[in-house]
Amino acid sequence: MKEIRLHGRGGLGVVKASQLVVRAAVEGGLYGQSIPAFGVERKGSPVFGYLRLSHTPIRRRMQVYTPDILLILDDSLITSPDTYAGLKDGGMIIINTKKAVEDLHVPKETGTVVTVDATTISEELLGRNMPNTAMLGAFTAATGLVDMERLLQDIAQTFGTINRTAAEKAAASIQIHRL
Amino acid sequence: MSKQVVLTGNYAAAEAAALCRPDVIAAYPITPQSSVVERLAGKVYNGELDAEMIQVECEHSAMSAVQGAAAGGGRVFTATSAQGLALMYEPYFRMSTLRLPMVMALATREMTSPETVWSGQQDAMSVREAGWIQVFCESTQEIVDMIIQGYRLAEDSRVRIHVNVCYDGFYSSHLTEGVLIPDQAAVDAFLPDPAQSMKAVLDPDHPLSLDPLTAGPLLMKYRKNHLEAMEQALTVLEEIDAEFGKQFGRSYGGGIEKYRLDDADVVLVTIAGMSGTAKDAVDIARDRGIKAGLIRIRFTRPFPAARIADALAGKKAFSVIDRSCCFGWSQGPMHMEVKAALADQGIHACHFSTIGGLGGADISLDEILGVIDILEKGKNQPGERPVHWLLKD
Repeated sequence: MKEIRLHGRGGLGVVKASQLVVRAAVEGGLYGQSIPAFGVERKGSPVFGYLRLSHTPIRRRMQVYTPDILLILDDSLITSPDTYAGLKDGGMIIINTKKAVEDLHVPKETGTVVTVDATTISEELLGRNMPNTAMLGAFTAATGLVDMERLLQDIAQTFGTINRTAAEKAAASIQIHRL
Repeated sequence: MSKQVVLTGNYAAAEAAALCRPDVIAAYPITPQSSVVERLAGKVYNGELDAEMIQVECEHSAMSAVQGAAAGGGRVFTATSAQGLALMYEPYFRMSTLRLPMVMALATREMTSPETVWSGQQDAMSVREAGWIQVFCESTQEIVDMIIQGYRLAEDSRVRIHVNVCYDGFYSSHLTEGVLIPDQAAVDAFLPDPAQSMKAVLDPDHPLSLDPLTAGPLLMKYRKNHLEAMEQALTVLEEIDAEFGKQFGRSYGGGIEKYRLDDADVVLVTIAGMSGTAKDAVDIARDRGIKAGLIRIRFTRPFPAARIADALAGKKAFSVIDRSCCFGWSQGPMHMEVKAALADQGIHACHFSTIGGLGGADISLDEILGVIDILEKGKNQPGERPVHWLLKD
């Protein structure tokens, strides 16, 4: 089982992104589970998402404390102690950022950092900062945990073809840094 | 005969309710239930569901509206949480004691104060004496299956008691996973014909006064009948679960579910969604050489006391994990009731109440493993220990 924690802010589409991964996983014959954790429900406040993917049924219904993968939709969240907390040894951080890796101050356990400028991609294609679909493309390209074509189809069906393009563009532009 | 979809617990509840062909749905939105009735309203609007959807001004009105509809012979549905249930209480009690059967989804939520909108089971636990049947679901699939089973149980002529299908707010209501939605034809075949099971009490051609002032001696007979029907429900719910299993390939164990219990020394007694996490904890403890097992309480009303007493007989230690408080006994309500279930045979085990997960707090795998460790260490010292709080500090 892979445990993934998503970090974003209200209005960035964290919950929808997490649900789409579950859908693509289940359609591909895997088990998936997404639990959103809301704080106060308003735009801009930190939002967490807990995502699990597995070859066997997922029984636990709890938060993710020791993620294999962190998916961070807003790099201003890295100053919060919650964001990098508990990352497994050799774990992966996939982050929407324009920053250089050394400026991300990732924890020493980190195995791989994957950077992508999903904000610019979404602003160019959608006219606003809605990085969730671009980040899904980056996530799938970096991890291979769900089938890319299936995910792109689900994105197109749910959010339209421009969002599919955003995901494809992000998938093609990820930068992988092995630490 | 069913299709696999990916849904939140609330959307799955709405899909199941729609499959039961309700005539009338009345509801008022409240977190974390709102998306149940939003999805149903959408289905009515786009013509997928032939039902009357009444958007009322509060939960008191929601229950009152469906009460009238049920008296008119309709199959009805609503959903609520916490403060909504509290506001609904007056017609909620009247509904069950009128014995006009229905199913209501309850996305359980902590009660205010302090102000909160997050998960907890205090709302459901606070209304255990309102005459309704309460079933608590662990998974999204179980939410779907118990709403369908719920109508069958509620409308059974031996029962005719309302069913609350309860599931954790957020941890289940907003959790997304794969779920099988049965075919309409299969649900139609499983449920009774409402023309028979929900005969109209009110008929314009034969006017009558419903629920007139009733003196104590007759009222007591009604209560006695209600209690006897509740007792009968303990048997009927097991029958329905077994028959559901035959038709749909899934059954849940009736009043309780047992997990790796037969040779267990130390036992977790759980309820609703935390049970999935606790089953993982049991497996980990077994790998460490601890003989752990689990009992999941599915029905709190009627309380499956005999089955719980039988399941715990001879066990060395147990803890009941509650996501709510029993103020009068200063412990968890299910721990108090499990002790009552064991009273006749006597309690010879080490045992204690565990309380956690209030106000949206998580109940983690590590916390449950901690409970198992205490049980394992204390299993040879019988007696009740102080409440174990899953505080986060």
